[in-house]
Amino acid sequence: MAVTDSLSRAASTLAAVLLLSFGSVAASHIEDQAEQFFRSGHTNNWAVLVCTSRFWFNYRHVANTLSVYRSVKRLGIPDSHIVLMLADDMACNPRNPKPATVFSHKNMELNVYGDDVEVDYRSYEVTVENFLRVLTGRIPPSTPRSKRLLSDDRSNILIYMTGHGGNGFLKFQDSEEITNIELADAFEQMWQKRRYNELLFIIDTCQGASMYERFYSPNIMALASSQVGEDSLSHQPDPAIGVHLMDRYTFYVLEFLEEINPASQTNMNDLFQVCPKSLCVSTPGHRTDLFQRDPKNVLITDFFGSVRKVEITTETIKLQQDSEIMESSYKEDQMDEELMEPLKYAEQLPVAQIIHQKPKLKDWHPPGGFILGLWALIIMVFFKTYGIKHMKFIF
Amino acid sequence: MAAAIPLSLLVLLLLGPGGWCLAEHPRDSLREELVITPLPSGDVAATFQFRTRWDSELQREGVSHYRLFPKALGQLISKYSLRELHLSFTQGFWRTRYWGPPFLQAPSGAELWVWFQDTVTDVDKSWKELSNVLSGIFCASLNFIDSTNTVTPTASFKPLGLANDTDHYFLRYAVLPREVVCTENLTPWKKLLPCSSKAGLSVLLKADRLFHTSYHSQAVHIRPVCRNARCTSISWELRQTLSVVFDAFITGQGKKDWSLFRMFSRTLTEPCPLASESRVYVDITNYNQDNETLEVHPSPTTTYQDVILGTRKTYAIYDLLDSAMINNSRNLNIQLKWKRPPENGYIHYQPAQDRLQPHLLEMLIQLPANSVTKVSIQFERALLKWTEYTPDPNHGFYVRFPVSDGSNYFVRLYTEPLLVNLPTPDFSMPYNVICLTCTVVAVCYGSFYNLLTRTFHIEEPRTGGLAKRLANLIRRARGVPLL
Repeated sequence: MAVTDSLSRAASTLAAVLLLSFGSVAASHIEDQAEQFFRSGHTNNWAVLVCTSRFWFNYRHVANTLSVYRSVKRLGIPDSHIVLMLADDMACNPRNPKPATVFSHKNMELNVYGDDVEVDYRSYEVTVENFLRVLTGRIPPSTPRSKRLLSDDRSNILIYMTGHGGNGFLKFQDSEEITNIELADAFEQMWQKRRYNELLFIIDTCQGASMYERFYSPNIMALASSQVGEDSLSHQPDPAIGVHLMDRYTFYVLEFLEEINPASQTNMNDLFQVCPKSLCVSTPGHRTDLFQRDPKNVLITDFFGSVRKVEITTETIKLQQDSEIMESSYKEDQMDEELMEPLKYAEQLPVAQIIHQKPKLKDWHPPGGFILGLWALIIMVFFKTYGIKHMKFIF
Repeated sequence: MAAAIPLSLLVLLLLGPGGWCLAEHPRDSLREELVITPLPSGDVAATFQFRTRWDSELQREGVSHYRLFPKALGQLISKYSLRELHLSFTQGFWRTRYWGPPFLQAPSGAELWVWFQDTVTDVDKSWKELSNVLSGIFCASLNFIDSTNTVTPTASFKPLGLANDTDHYFLRYAVLPREVVCTENLTPWKKLLPCSSKAGLSVLLKADRLFHTSYHSQAVHIRPVCRNARCTSISWELRQTLSVVFDAFITGQGKKDWSLFRMFSRTLTEPCPLASESRVYVDITNYNQDNETLEVHPSPTTTYQDVILGTRKTYAIYDLLDSAMINNSRNLNIQLKWKRPPENGYIHYQPAQDRLQPHLLEMLIQLPANSVTKVSIQFERALLKWTEYTPDPNHGFYVRFPVSDGSNYFVRLYTEPLLVNLPTPDFSMPYNVICLTCTVVAVCYGSFYNLLTRTFHIEEPRTGGLAKRLANLIRRARGVPLL
């Protein structure tokens, strides 16, 4: 009896200990799960940076875009994942007293143009059509890879636009506009094609908040530099260059981003506070109702950087040596000696040959379209008037 | 075991023909050169040339091992069956009158001309796709090349490389004069170089100095060349060239001295380890007409004389692969100083101030005997206020005449005055404007004023006998109110 009692007591204590250990393991597991839930599920980052203004006095818009480009590159997004669209060339503009530079701070402190910039769409290529094609992916098949937004459903995309705007539109190069409805529809197309996981939209124009009013696709967070009815103002001018170098909102965003490094844990709430009305004169706005996560759990590097999750494994993997390639590359050497007759260079100006060559006749195409219709009409009228029997005079 | 058998077969094959080893016979080589030429106008021209030569048949698609030859261009050649490709980006214009003939010519903007192989069926389609791919590689708007700006020359633009027959149907040429060249075009160009911008001569390629120039031209040329003297097989040559002209006033503060550091803000540290040749050539032909001599630091170990572009020139050669060159100092900064005879010239210039003082220019110069010296001054014509015109402005305006003083014995010579005919404004216009305005005001405003302020009465027709009418006539004649 005593043995069974002690046995049962031992069993119960053992069971209690086991239950406790399981309980603690389960609790930490739930915590991990909860933390995982609030982390973003993206695996790659893309950025689409657009400057829509032309002419030398809009230097500040190009400087805005290049500042964001610089921060995004510094935090890890490679050039192959950045689509940079600049509507005009400021760095090598004949009016620029310091060629190949674009400064963001006066007294030429910071050259945001840098030494290894790659502009994908420049000058006349920055149009509403090209911008929408980049976003939706409906581009002509011969477009090179660097001009495509090859995002998938696990991509976090940062879209930054700057230029001159109004209530519900953004002006492209003084000749066309994009409306907030078109932009919202483009984002909806992207959502339906699963071209993004989460999207951060930043706009620095006058009345910028009107551009994000119409969004209706999920997982979009938007920031703007001013509310409807307000103008976004520029920062100080530089007397040596003669233009305003930056807009206020992007200037303070750049200062904020300069403090960020790839490991920092700063979240979006800090970005919302970046430019208070005392510094910016306009009231920056933001929109988070379409975004599923809480902004305080969203890291800045989720959009501006390219922080990858790394899983470390200790197992060894054997790689197979492909002997076929080595054999075929050797065969190349032997086949090169085939040509026996000597080749020669072409004569650059063979005058005698040029004088005596006949110009090629262009291929004859039968007439079509209007000319064909005109002749058909004339012949029809002729035969209607004079009858078919006159055909024998023609043939 | 299975992998060991093909390996042993390979070893046997290697030892078979003469026993030469694959690893010791490089299939591609890089030669880099820089030529620095002082130009007659005082500016300095620097021309870089990077030649990568690859002994390979690129026609077959199976090539996958790229070493020095960039993969981006190698894949283009095999995919679009190119025979030759010439692409250049230029900013500025080569002033042949002031600078002499250039080594490499290129038009302003972007120029692309391509010879396709005879195996291409749809040349226009390949041309369009090729220009799109190149626009992605070089970050330029080459995708705007289409049938509206493409031509097929029939006699010019013969192939620069090996060619057995030249059917001009396979040639396409396009120019985009509006294309801007900036750092974003230089960056991918530098990435095609084997040593990028880390070692060798490409260390000097810094965008902020290269674009602060009067002329900037960068080009990529691909063509097939003879592999050996007998020319029985071909190899591919990729030539990347960059020509810049530094303005003496911007970089040298008006003096004709230059150094590598002052031009490029960098010095040469080490040669590119992948290059088989890495040289700097400096043109040290003395300019005898000014009786100036020059001095080059460090002194050149070898010089080379030849007739280049019609004139006899001497070049100092600095070989970076020569260990003595770099070992003396950690970096190589080539400097050139002009030693001129003592200044016997004097210039005093006082520019004009509008409506305050005129130009004053005094120069002391030595005129050679039996020669003609032309001194030219450019001036701008400014607008005058209408009250400042003389009553006879059609006569013209006089420019005051220069004075020159003479030689062995003192002589003062005066030249003719210059009468400049300027466009004269139409002085009758104020009168015309006043007349027209007053007419319009009187007619329009006057009519409206009358319509608004006058009241109108309807007058009854007068009924009366003859006597009354006669009486009214007389009364009207007298000026007295009528009956």
